[in-house]
Amino acid sequence: MVILNWVALLIALTTSVGLLLQRDWRWGIGWLATQYLSIFWLVQTHWPISMAAAKLVTGWMVCTVLVIAQENTNPAEETELSWPQGRLFRLFTSGIILAATFALSLRASVWLGLSLPIAWSSLLLIGMGLLQLGISAQPFRVILGLLTILAGFESLYAAVESSILVAALLSSVNLGLALTGAYFLNMRQEEHP
Amino acid sequence: MSAPFLWIFLPLFVAGFLLLIRNQKVIALIACIFTFLLTLAAWLLPIDTPMTIGNFYFKLSPSFEILGRHLILSSSDRSLLVLIYGSAIVWFAAAPSIKTARRMTSLGLAITALLVAALAVEPFLYAALLIEMAVLLSIPFLSAPSHKPGNGLIRFLIFQTLAMPFILFSGWLLAGIEANPGNLGLVQQAAILIGLGFSFLLAVFPFYSWIPLLTEESSPYTVGFILWIFPTVILFFGLGFLDHYTWLRDATSLRSILTTVGILMVVSGGLLSAFQRHLGRIMGYAVIMETGFSILSMGLGGTRGLNIFFMLLVPRSLCLVVWAIALTILKEHSATLYLKDIKGFGRSLPFVTSGLVLANLALAGIPLLAGFPPHQAIWEGLASTSLPVVIWVLIGSLGLLFSAIRVMATFAAAPERTHWESRETGGQRIFLAIGFLALLLLGLFPQWVLPLWTNLPAIFTHLGQ
Repeated sequence: MVILNWVALLIALTTSVGLLLQRDWRWGIGWLATQYLSIFWLVQTHWPISMAAAKLVTGWMVCTVLVIAQENTNPAEETELSWPQGRLFRLFTSGIILAATFALSLRASVWLGLSLPIAWSSLLLIGMGLLQLGISAQPFRVILGLLTILAGFESLYAAVESSILVAALLSSVNLGLALTGAYFLNMRQEEHP
Repeated sequence: MSAPFLWIFLPLFVAGFLLLIRNQKVIALIACIFTFLLTLAAWLLPIDTPMTIGNFYFKLSPSFEILGRHLILSSSDRSLLVLIYGSAIVWFAAAPSIKTARRMTSLGLAITALLVAALAVEPFLYAALLIEMAVLLSIPFLSAPSHKPGNGLIRFLIFQTLAMPFILFSGWLLAGIEANPGNLGLVQQAAILIGLGFSFLLAVFPFYSWIPLLTEESSPYTVGFILWIFPTVILFFGLGFLDHYTWLRDATSLRSILTTVGILMVVSGGLLSAFQRHLGRIMGYAVIMETGFSILSMGLGGTRGLNIFFMLLVPRSLCLVVWAIALTILKEHSATLYLKDIKGFGRSLPFVTSGLVLANLALAGIPLLAGFPPHQAIWEGLASTSLPVVIWVLIGSLGLLFSAIRVMATFAAAPERTHWESRETGGQRIFLAIGFLALLLLGLFPQWVLPLWTNLPAIFTHLGQ
């Protein structure tokens, strides 16, 4: 079981870096969908599997909403306008986040009574989401960043809170963010018919 | 029937129903009548007390169970419901005259209901999730599908979303503090998380950059509504924190922190408003100042601070309504809301320009206007503890006053021989005239709104005592 937590951490790392580096939305949503697999695994260590599965289902619904919205948008608008755009820079900053979250997770795991891979994965996702928000102004990327932050937070929060209402509201927030993302993409679509 | 069903779920159903109707006037009429009935019910119907009308017997129960948790609206919450839904009527009533009824009333009613739910949910920390849902609903409310999402809108979404994890996590820490009050490390961590959470939620300095951006890029009326309802509800949520946790309420540094944050907001908001060339941005900075004044009143502490906090609510919502209506009408007649494009509008839109300047002056705390009595009470309260603080607050207010004079001068700068006319519609004139009459009357007779907030302290078990 412990080794699977490390596998979940590896998936979280790969997918969050992938989300940061992707330039094609298809890859972005693919990485996000895979990321929810690791969230499912991390959450099920504290919650019953049926409740943890709700996270996975919600996550994949989020991805579906974003795919449908993206299918209807103009691909010409995919270019990233913010600085910096270089993949090397993003990889470098990801490395910094990885190191910083490792240092933090050593303390957080003791503080929250979590195993190291769970604490590290959660903090890593939060950090990578914040990085995504910091270096991009594109609405689609902003939504991906917010979803990544929430994913990290949810896996951390699951350790301390197991209320069904909270789980339901967090799922609604995730779906709401996806719908907001779809709305943003639709707004741009109407701008350029 | 339960009170949460009446004031939370029913408005949500009606909001959904309003989305199906196309006629703007019908939508506004239904929304106004419905909101008025909700206000009247909050004013008249006791909660958790049996009532008999003829052969009809009923009782409004205060609690509604949902997924193992509760939404609770007790009798002490009735004044707050009157205030929230009563103010919402004003926003909804003016909407058709400025052609924003459809989005304004349906989504506005849903946002109001969600924020009332945020104040009613137990454990109260879950409010952060309901506030986030209201934020998500605000996105289509603030921006029409035909416009590209602006930076202000995206920052609003980011900052408000970031607040939620901080508040939820602080809740877990606070539960730990209740079990182990001597753990100072835990207290410090919880205080930092709460501070960050509320800084994002209330758009405290330096996290308020989205407000001027949003007021510049979105419809002033919808932004005005958001800038009225969110800070109001979040401030009540913040007071709930203070009321609930003794260690937080009794913390020695709390008052100085609140005063410092309040001054930062008042001074930065006031001074920055003086240098703005866009009327929407001036309104945004005025709202930042007002949040600062509310935080300052919380910093005064005791029942006195709480009373001043409540005194600020009605004049603020009135000023914001008038300001937002005026800006929306002005936007219809001008290419932009930049000062260069509205020169001399005083002669063609006298009601709009008068309303805008009066609302601006009222929020700057000018005597004889609605904002003066609460602002004067704050100055008096601050002066009894520290004079430099009052001088800083005065500097902030002077900044907003300067912006009002600048705007007034721009409106008056009409070419010679320009005739006086009134290009506003009849409905717009009526709303604006009522608005600035109310601004004057509330300045002269502030005691008239006393019944609206005298029962509000009862919401809080400890703060209100």
